[in-house]
Amino acid sequence: MEKARRISNASRRGFVTGLAGMGALSALGAVPRALAAPVGSTAALGFAEVPDGTLAEQIMYALPGKVPLIKKTFRPPNFETPIEYFRTPITQNRAFFVRYHLAAIPEVKAEQWALSVGGESAERELKFTLGQLRKEFRAAQVTAVCQCSGNRRGLFEPHVPGVEWGVGAMGNAVWRGVRLKDVLAKAGIKAGALEVVFDGADRAPLEKTPDFVKSLPVEVATGDDVLIAFEMNGQPLPHWNGFPARLVVPGWTGTYWIKQLTSVRVVSKPEGNFWMKTAYRLPRGKFKTVSFKSQLAEANEPITTMVVNSLITSLRSGQRVARGKPIEVKGIAWDGGSGIDRVEISRDFGKSWQVARLGKDLGRYSFREFAGSAAAHEGGAMVIMARATSLAGETQVNELIHNPAGYHHNVIQRLYVEVV
Amino acid sequence: MRMLFTLFALALAGSVGAQEAKVTLKDGPGKEKAMQCVACHSLDYIGMNSRFMDKAGWTASVNKMINVFGAAIAKEDVDAIATYLAQQYGRTPQK
Repeated sequence: MEKARRISNASRRGFVTGLAGMGALSALGAVPRALAAPVGSTAALGFAEVPDGTLAEQIMYALPGKVPLIKKTFRPPNFETPIEYFRTPITQNRAFFVRYHLAAIPEVKAEQWALSVGGESAERELKFTLGQLRKEFRAAQVTAVCQCSGNRRGLFEPHVPGVEWGVGAMGNAVWRGVRLKDVLAKAGIKAGALEVVFDGADRAPLEKTPDFVKSLPVEVATGDDVLIAFEMNGQPLPHWNGFPARLVVPGWTGTYWIKQLTSVRVVSKPEGNFWMKTAYRLPRGKFKTVSFKSQLAEANEPITTMVVNSLITSLRSGQRVARGKPIEVKGIAWDGGSGIDRVEISRDFGKSWQVARLGKDLGRYSFREFAGSAAAHEGGAMVIMARATSLAGETQVNELIHNPAGYHHNVIQRLYVEVV
Repeated sequence: MRMLFTLFALALAGSVGAQEAKVTLKDGPGKEKAMQCVACHSLDYIGMNSRFMDKAGWTASVNKMINVFGAAIAKEDVDAIATYLAQQYGRTPQK
């Protein structure tokens, strides 16, 4: 086994910072590759590497209530989940990634929190406390992946500016709360309703900064699986993940999952703020995801559902494996809500593929575990790949579909192992 | 400027803030002006986005902070900040 290579993140950090970064490390030719991998290296996982400056900034750091996560930025807080936590299909709350756009994040007290529901296309204006929401509506739950639109942005070549995420700006949880459609039904939706607009308690330090406000098509917002969630994996939401209540939009990227939800407005016109009209946009027609019709522009359209993807969690690139023994290839696969049809594994750089076993089906929005093995008959380098295909018939891509904001990276992982 | 430093001091009140205080910018001409960025975000945003942007890329970033996010940075400081960022955090070292 390769136990010696399982260096704790803490000691690796000390090692890297102690030598003042990569340059010094690469000068030490004798250092084993896995030992030399800096915090949050994506090359170590069989992907393109995040920018040099990103590697230099990253440390393991524990926010209050969290385990040490890969720190991208302190303020606003952006923290990524390390690969170890994706070896189970449900991501622990204390390891769940953290992503904010604006730095003024209040500590919301459950008893002081209230949700306003209304808007020009609602019949009435309502206000709910947490207790009222729990009492007046039937509980609902869904297991769903929350993935930042820009997960894997750091792997883009050429690099694009933004939070340079590796592979861990995602997590899968059992979300429990009430259905948004039930709450909207109580407010009453008028004919001509087009979008539902969501705001949370977070703000920017400057008044002039556009508040982080997002909208959904009314037919999506009133879907059976969209929740106002209070619980995550049987516990109250962590502060950093939206306590006391957040929106859960299964299948859609994390940008729509408004944290610390305070306001829900039904409107008859497309929401026009910066975060809808300018940010979170894709060149039109580049991806086969669902279309947000009321927000289409001539050149671009909003990001919507996630693309099919997978992650091998049982191997590190550069790892040595023993000849003649099957190599365990395990991981997770997910998509934008059709569910996973199959995951295939290749051990010959994609020349041939073998279907992996799928783990328990936790629902079409959840991570789906897969497991297979690749036999290593000859010594030398071997490239191991995993490729997921969704029930909608979409498959991961061989080549990156580059786009200016760095979204929807689902390039097939290429891990190399040394057979000795 | 006083408001900027008040905000910065507030942000540093917690333990996360103490960690953030360890993030520093590289020394070089224009660093003082670039320090205005801390009004809204930690300085690791800059290092994280290096080294792959040229001066035009950094100029676009600074302008976005002013025009979209309302950063209180004087227009006449943009070139000095972008030059500093391009030199210290840019794609190719510039003389």
